[in-house]
Amino acid sequence: MTASTIKFVTTAADHHIARMAALAMGLSMLEAAIPSPLPGVKPGLANIVTLIVLTRYGWRMAAWVSLLRVLAGSLLMGSFLTPGFFLSVSGALCSIAILGISQYLPARWFGPVTHSIFGAFAHIAGQLLLVYFWLIPHAGLAYLIPIFATAALLFGTVNGLIAAHYLNAPNTGFETPKLTG
Amino acid sequence: MLSLAPIKIGDWMVLLLGVLCITWITITLWQGGAADKAIIRSSGKIFSEVPLSRNQIISVPGPLGISQIAIHNRQARIAADPSPRQYCVHQGWLKQAGEIAICLPNQVSVELSGRGKRYDSLNY
Repeated sequence: MTASTIKFVTTAADHHIARMAALAMGLSMLEAAIPSPLPGVKPGLANIVTLIVLTRYGWRMAAWVSLLRVLAGSLLMGSFLTPGFFLSVSGALCSIAILGISQYLPARWFGPVTHSIFGAFAHIAGQLLLVYFWLIPHAGLAYLIPIFATAALLFGTVNGLIAAHYLNAPNTGFETPKLTG
Repeated sequence: MLSLAPIKIGDWMVLLLGVLCITWITITLWQGGAADKAIIRSSGKIFSEVPLSRNQIISVPGPLGISQIAIHNRQARIAADPSPRQYCVHQGWLKQAGEIAICLPNQVSVELSGRGKRYDSLNY
């Protein structure tokens, strides 16, 4: 019997993306255990990781981490291809699209808190659009927008502060790997 | 404990902008809209449409007798009605577009309407 191994060539960047996505997934799992007063209102703790990755390693890697987290997280939760999964995907896509724009804001004045708030609003906008066009095509959905928007602003700010806190800490324990490829 | 130190000036501006947006969205979406006129119906037909700008009392005939509709201060109510249980009278002043008071026994209703007509019932 010949042992055949399929070997993917992976780079240090790939490993780092995987590690970060795993960390984000851990936070998603943790969050799933927290009861929410309203379905759909979640702190989105995993986005803290996305924000840190965005600031340290750039948008491309943040997008990878965010989408991998959604995909692998849904497999772990057993929600892959359920409506909840598509809501997460749509939220994540909108949010990384906005981050792609907001990353160009001058870093002197705009920090992770800004990116976090923009991301949170984009996330909820993406989800509500999908809900409207796919699940509940009804104008009554508009009544919920203020609630979701308030939650987005609140949690966006808190997540941004946590991310900024980690980024500012002198020694966060993360070794910054030399990334090639 | 999280400190607010990492918040930069631009972050404060975004935060403020967010608060303003939410306030505006909430006011826009959660208000029934200003009412312009009252639509008074009797036996299913429109009896009259009156603007809310003028204070007046309108008498509307129905099968049981006369219902009186008062318009005062851009609000409307059914002031008197011959119906036995007086539900529509107890409903009090109607203020926002879309609000409606119905006196079923006397087949009289008054509905406030704004520029855009909103739903009064929904199903899907």
